[in-house]
Amino acid sequence: MKFYCFHLMPYADLDLDYYKKYNSAWVTLPNSYYDPKKGHILYNRYLDELEYAEEVGFDGVCVNEHHSNAYGLMPIPGVMAGALARRTKRVKIAVLGRALPLINNPLTVAEEFAMIDVITAGRLVAGFVRGIGAEYHSWGVNPAESHDRFHEAHDLIVRGWTETGPFAFEGKYYHFNYVNVWPRPYQQPHPPIWIPSQGSRETIEWAVDPARKYTYLQTFSPVTALARYMQMYRDEAEKRGYTASPMQLGWAVPTYVADTDEEAYREAKPHVENFFNRFLRMPPEMLLPPGYLSLASMKGVMMAKGAMTGGEKTIDELMKVGMFMCGGVDTIVQKFEEYQKQIGFGYLLTALQFGTLPHDLTKKNMRIFGEKVIPRLRHLAEESSPKAKAV
Amino acid sequence: MSEPRQSFETVAGCKVNVRRAGKGEPLLFLHGAQGAPLWLPFMAALARRFEVIVPEHPGFGLSDTPDWLDNIADLAFFYLDFMAALGLERVNLVGASLGGWIAAEVAVRDQHPLKTLTLAAPSGIHVKGLQPADFFMWSREQAIRNLVADQELAEKMLSQPQSDGQIDLMLKNNFTTAKLAWQPRFYDPHLYKWLHRITVPTLILWGDSDRLMPPAYGPEFRKLIPGSKLLVFKNCGHLPHIEKTGEYVAAVTGFIEGARP
Repeated sequence: MKFYCFHLMPYADLDLDYYKKYNSAWVTLPNSYYDPKKGHILYNRYLDELEYAEEVGFDGVCVNEHHSNAYGLMPIPGVMAGALARRTKRVKIAVLGRALPLINNPLTVAEEFAMIDVITAGRLVAGFVRGIGAEYHSWGVNPAESHDRFHEAHDLIVRGWTETGPFAFEGKYYHFNYVNVWPRPYQQPHPPIWIPSQGSRETIEWAVDPARKYTYLQTFSPVTALARYMQMYRDEAEKRGYTASPMQLGWAVPTYVADTDEEAYREAKPHVENFFNRFLRMPPEMLLPPGYLSLASMKGVMMAKGAMTGGEKTIDELMKVGMFMCGGVDTIVQKFEEYQKQIGFGYLLTALQFGTLPHDLTKKNMRIFGEKVIPRLRHLAEESSPKAKAV
Repeated sequence: MSEPRQSFETVAGCKVNVRRAGKGEPLLFLHGAQGAPLWLPFMAALARRFEVIVPEHPGFGLSDTPDWLDNIADLAFFYLDFMAALGLERVNLVGASLGGWIAAEVAVRDQHPLKTLTLAAPSGIHVKGLQPADFFMWSREQAIRNLVADQELAEKMLSQPQSDGQIDLMLKNNFTTAKLAWQPRFYDPHLYKWLHRITVPTLILWGDSDRLMPPAYGPEFRKLIPGSKLLVFKNCGHLPHIEKTGEYVAAVTGFIEGARP
């Protein structure tokens, strides 16, 4: 298995009482809640943490893209990837944005990713997402065009990386007479492409296509949903005449490990509850603007998303459904081993800082995970394929 | 209440659900963002004097969602084709909210099929500094409470449970509304430049307690459409045809009857 350290870079100094006046930490929470002096300290602390991930044995680090909220402060993820490109030497750098439909000119993504890839001699992983529904409010982008724009922007970027320019691109949303991307990416034909998703049949059917075989990442979901979507991916691969490799499947999950179950629970509790109840807080109208999902998915997710937009969540509920992995070393190793054998993912993307988790606990979490957990899970997904249909 | 005749008509390759009732001059009603799933009392009242025709727009209700539907101009051209296909002439075109926007877009393109134009709290233009409320940030309950002035009426509407089929239609209507009106939010930045082309008699209606489209938009439309009249209903929200059915029907009927033949 490959291990990536995932970071959201939240505004951890957020006044957590904001919710008494505002219904969300997204879109409409005034940016007067952000203190740039505290932000300066946080950004540098978080970059230190991602650099530390290389030291303790992770294979990669992940940055991502979010806009106009306290939840994730990397609106331009390439800035962070650029900073990490020079300070790290070995780890892959996965940019799990860009949110293609939110970007007016997708060629800027082709350029930004190619620059990072060339600087790092091929350490870039290119993540393409559609963005969170709330960001369609913030960015004034039509959610009803989200899927179509995503696909068209993707085609433009991949053609820009793989075809000799200049060539004309004649799309519905994007039109160029001279597509001619300089620099070309270091990795040929192009950097690996990962598709983070909260679970969607349309996304899986697109990612699994033999022409793409993109790594599908299930993010921040209950384990039952994780198992269902990963099985769907494998089934769809079989329908298309091939067996999906574990390296086409990844799981992103907030995780906290300590020496004992009790210590992990006690240290993580307030911070993970802040993460879900304060930083992720938003009403359904914000999370799921019309058109962001297909009508069928919309109805399904509206029900399932009670977990995210319903009432306050406790650490016990989050641990029970597997939206938060927490425990002593043996517990964490055993749980991940069990899920990996059942579900068959090859990439594990642990968010080891979440919500208000402070620097010392984040580093302790990372150190224990890197030194005591990774070595015991490393062999998984590398000896043999998982049992198909095990779940 | 008289039962309307229901049929599916195919125009521009799109099958649309159409309800009709009454005899007399044609009155084509263009519904708002919430669709027209039911034959409502104001339709029945108007059908005593006019031939009332109520299509569900492409992308709404039981009508198809055609591949060509991208923006409000597509619907304007669709309704020009629709009137031609049904052989409608000297049409009294009546639009509510989003439907008023469509009606105005029809009229600036070609008003030959029209006799009169009635716009009730239409969207379609933007006046700097006059911000409409954000319809897309409202829950269903907030929408119902904000769309009518009379909160007893809102309570009554909220007390009716939503069936599974109604939820599906609501999601479909919201999807198409977003497609048409998300950005720019409920307006066409070029429409205001051409509203002066409208020369058919035009009536603009507004509720004085409209919490979605500020009533101050009424005088703006009146200024932009030559010779148009503005009528404001008291203690009325965004949906005068529902909240003030009697006054609305009287105003529309009186206006059309008074328009020169």
